[in-house]
Amino acid sequence: MSDALNELGGYIEAKRTDCVLAWDVTHGELNLDVTPSNITGLVEFLKADATCQFSTLVDITAVDYTGRAKRFDVVYHLLSMYQNHRIRLRVSIREEAMVPSIISVHPSANWFEREVFDMFGILFSGHPDLRRILTDYGFRGYPLRKDFPTTGYTEVRYDEAQKRVVYEPVSLVQEYRQFDFMSPWEGAEYILPGDDKADEKAEAK
Amino acid sequence: MMDGSKFDDALTGEQKIRNFNINFGPQHPAAHGVLRLVLELDGEIVERCDPHIGLLHRGTEKLMESRTYLQNLPYFDRLDYVAPMNQEHAWCLAIEKLTGVEVPRRASLIRVLFCEIGRVLNHLLNVTTQAMDVGALTPPLWGFEEREKLMIFYERACGARLHAAYFRPGGVHQDLTPELLDDIETWAQEFPKVMADIDGLLTENRIFKQRNADIGIVTEEDILEYGFSGVMVRGSGLAWDLRRAQPYECYDEFDFQIPVGKNGDCYDRYLVRMEEMRQSVSIILQAIEKLRAPEGQGDILARGKITPPSRKDMKQSMEALIHHFKLYTEGFHVPEGEVYCAVEAPKGEFGVYLVADGTNRPYRAKLRAPGFLHLQAMDHISKGHQLADVAAIIGTMDVVFGEIDR
Repeated sequence: MSDALNELGGYIEAKRTDCVLAWDVTHGELNLDVTPSNITGLVEFLKADATCQFSTLVDITAVDYTGRAKRFDVVYHLLSMYQNHRIRLRVSIREEAMVPSIISVHPSANWFEREVFDMFGILFSGHPDLRRILTDYGFRGYPLRKDFPTTGYTEVRYDEAQKRVVYEPVSLVQEYRQFDFMSPWEGAEYILPGDDKADEKAEAK
Repeated sequence: MMDGSKFDDALTGEQKIRNFNINFGPQHPAAHGVLRLVLELDGEIVERCDPHIGLLHRGTEKLMESRTYLQNLPYFDRLDYVAPMNQEHAWCLAIEKLTGVEVPRRASLIRVLFCEIGRVLNHLLNVTTQAMDVGALTPPLWGFEEREKLMIFYERACGARLHAAYFRPGGVHQDLTPELLDDIETWAQEFPKVMADIDGLLTENRIFKQRNADIGIVTEEDILEYGFSGVMVRGSGLAWDLRRAQPYECYDEFDFQIPVGKNGDCYDRYLVRMEEMRQSVSIILQAIEKLRAPEGQGDILARGKITPPSRKDMKQSMEALIHHFKLYTEGFHVPEGEVYCAVEAPKGEFGVYLVADGTNRPYRAKLRAPGFLHLQAMDHISKGHQLADVAAIIGTMDVVFGEIDR
């Protein structure tokens, strides 16, 4: 299996030297790092080429690597039902950069690109209908970015007096707990009742 | 205009009629959950269909980033809650691929057994409720009785009827008792009779055929363009099944057929689902046979860092006790890397794209739900159909909002 994928990776690189930055086969899966500008052409090539025949788009998603200059990785998964192999394309982009939409090649990219836009705020140029998809109507922010808190910013409730649903800033009774299991024995710095007086006594002496 | 302002003369001038927009759902019994469709109708013909999804969005992918690998497992039951264990399977496979853990044979057979039970659970629900959408009331009553029996098998294996959390990275949580295997076998021998009942009720039923045949035809081109998988592909004559094409677990040892349809309409998809249930029953019987054979005995977890020690060890060994404690607090660490693992869930290809950074939590996990793509094609497939057919098409696409909205 890996031999065939190695061969395929070499073949694609040789055919499309302008798109492919690097490729590797890890865990029995073929990964291609590609440039954002040529993604539409490359996907079209992968679909049409007889050796590749990646005719089905399986998934488009993104990964947020904070602290990297090119913050996001947009990840495409493609499948060939005819050749029975899969491929993963990775495109690294900056936060403000746009990615060309691949709807013209795979109409199924429509909702995937909407989802990536909804969750990460990545814009796809040439997308006909880039609305939010999973979040609430009128939602603000991009939830799957690492700097977005898990609890969010707003909460909704039905207001009996106004007879409608109202949006309010989120108020937590208890802080959202993020356990750090890495250092279980260090623990938190508790100030036990009475301990604070020990310092005072020491000073008084 | 409908208000009569532009109405000139019934004999000379043509009446101007605008298209009618209706809102279907989110609280509609045929919407299979919380689907909202904005339909543009020309008379009774659907011109445009815009599904609004996300009403059941719970942010699973975000929540998963702050929990350990083991704590994330139960979220998978809550995706496609009709066949919970099939989703867990994909998650376990992804972790096992990254950590390089080999699942013991008995665990592998138990997984296959319960995946097929999940498939029957799903198809029973889908076939019968789709029949209800087109006007039959009896099938769901009969189908749910069988589902109840299967859920009791779930309960006897793991303690929960629905949200099982039974498949674990490295195997399954508990071993099956011989009595449970006997009962599943008895059920599998009796089930074909129930299938024949449902079959007799629906397959040649005139109303059912009129409502389903030639409705929602899917061609090979549609399959590729809209990324279909599962029954949506097989109903149109392509024998694509991940269990056969890219075998995972120990499916390559089992003898089963892949049913395909001819016309790609709702009726063919119904027939494919019925036949798949029969094949699943055959796989269940084979799995029970293999579980009883001497090669099928043994441990059900790959004992190591990612699975708990046995209770017996914990009574005697301090190391086992510490391991148990660390496993359920800190969790296990998964080596850095990224994998995509897909299983043939009853609805189609369910995949997990897992990015691990070497800690005890996933850096990013993307859940690829088959229903997401099927529903996306709603506009394409329902265009030109009657409004009443929309319900039949939604039913045959087998959408469950737990997995679409995530």
